[in-house]
Amino acid sequence: MSDESHLLACLPRLRRYARALVGDRAGADDLVQDTMERAWQKLSSWRKGSDMRPWLFSIMHNLHVDQRRKPVIPTVALDDEDALATPAYAPDRLVGYDLESALRLLAAEQREILLLVVLEEMTYEEVAATLSIPLGTVMSRLSRARERLRALVEGRPRHSTLKVVK
Amino acid sequence: MNPNPLAVTEADLQGYVDGLLPQERLADVAAWLEHNPEEAERLRTYRHQNQALHLLFDPVLDEPLPARLAARPSSNWEVLRRYAAVFIVAICAGAGGWYLHGAAQSSPVGWIAAAAGATRVDAPLMMAHRAAVAHAVYTPDPRRPVEVGAEQEEALVRWLSKRIGADVRAPKLAPLGYELIGGRLLPGQSAPVAQFMYHDGAGRRLTLYVSTDQVQNKDTGFRFAQEGTVNVFYWIDGKFGYALSGSIDRTELARIANSVYEQLDKPAR
Repeated sequence: MSDESHLLACLPRLRRYARALVGDRAGADDLVQDTMERAWQKLSSWRKGSDMRPWLFSIMHNLHVDQRRKPVIPTVALDDEDALATPAYAPDRLVGYDLESALRLLAAEQREILLLVVLEEMTYEEVAATLSIPLGTVMSRLSRARERLRALVEGRPRHSTLKVVK
Repeated sequence: MNPNPLAVTEADLQGYVDGLLPQERLADVAAWLEHNPEEAERLRTYRHQNQALHLLFDPVLDEPLPARLAARPSSNWEVLRRYAAVFIVAICAGAGGWYLHGAAQSSPVGWIAAAAGATRVDAPLMMAHRAAVAHAVYTPDPRRPVEVGAEQEEALVRWLSKRIGADVRAPKLAPLGYELIGGRLLPGQSAPVAQFMYHDGAGRRLTLYVSTDQVQNKDTGFRFAQEGTVNVFYWIDGKFGYALSGSIDRTELARIANSVYEQLDKPAR
C-alpha cells in the first residue's frame, strides 16, 4: 500500500474521533483537514512500516491542544435544526445528561483518552505513546472520565463516589 | 479459597472493561467481582458507556468523505493559497497605508490603522465576551453576588434604568425554574451596563447582561458563544444588546433565552 492510500484509509477513523472530541461537525472536519495537511507535509517523518494510526492521532492531538490554548471564544451560527428551533423540550435534569452532552462536559484531557480507548480500541500503552504522557496518567484519567460520565448521566452530584481499589 | 488472590487494582478493573486483561488475570478479576457486586455494577455501566459511544459515533465511519478532506494538496499549493489570501490583505493594508502617507503625515500609526481597518472587530461578540467574563466574576461570589437584591426589585430596576439611560426590567424566569437574585451596574464598552442574576433550586446561576451602546450594530438573531465553561446566548435589538450566560446545558439556556427575548420584546405591563 502506498503512503497515500495508508493516509486516506485512516480518514474515516480520524473523522469519527474528531467528531466525538470536538462535537460539532464543521469544527471536527476542520480539525481533520488541518491534521491531513500537517500529515502530508510531514509524511517523510513517518517511519515506514510502522503503524500510521498513532502517528496521525498524535498530530491531531497536538493540533487540538493548540486550538484549546487559543484565547478566542468560538461561536457557531444557529441553523434551523438547532436548539432554538426545537420545541420547548428540555431533558429531565433529574434523569441526568444524555451521553453526548455528558461527554462534552468532560475535561478534554479525559475525553481524548476515553475516546482513544473506546472508539479507537487502542491499548493503554498505545494511548500513552500517542499522547506522550505516562501510562499512570492514562489510567487515572480514564478512570475519572468514566466515573464522571456515569455521574453526569445518572444525574448525580459532582463529587466523585469512586472508590479507590488498591 | 482466597477470594482475593492478588490485590485487584483499578487498572485491572479498567482493563476488564476494555477486554485488555491477559487471560490468566481475567479469571482473578472475574472471581473478585463475584464478591464485589457494587464494583461489578460499576464496570457494567462502563461497558454500557463503551457500547453507547460506538452507537453514537460509528455512523461517522460510513459518512461520505467531504472532498476537501480527501484531496491531497498538490505540492503545498493548498497551504500557499491560504497564505496568499493573508498576503493580499497585507498588501492592501500596505497600499492603504502608502496612500495615507501622501494625505496625512507619514507615521507607522497610519499603517497600523489601515491594517486594523482590514479586520473588522465583531462588536456583538465582544459584548458576549464581556458578559461571560462578568458572569464568571460575580456568580461565584457567595456573599455579595449582586449590589441590590430582588427584595427591592422595583428600586433595582429604577436605579439601573436611570444609570444605563433606558428602561430595563428583569424578565420573569420563575416558570422556567429561575428566581431573580438581584442586579448590579457594570462598566460596558462605552456606557454602563446592567447585570441581572438568577438562580435555580440547585443554586445554579444565570446572568442577563443588558447594554445600551449597540446603536452602531445591526440587529442580530440569536447567536451562541462559549467561554470556558460559560455558555452565552446573545442578540442585538435596536440599541440594546443582551447576553444570557450560564454554565448550563446549551438547550436549556436556549429555552430561557427565548423566554427572555419574548418578554423583553413586549412592552411592560
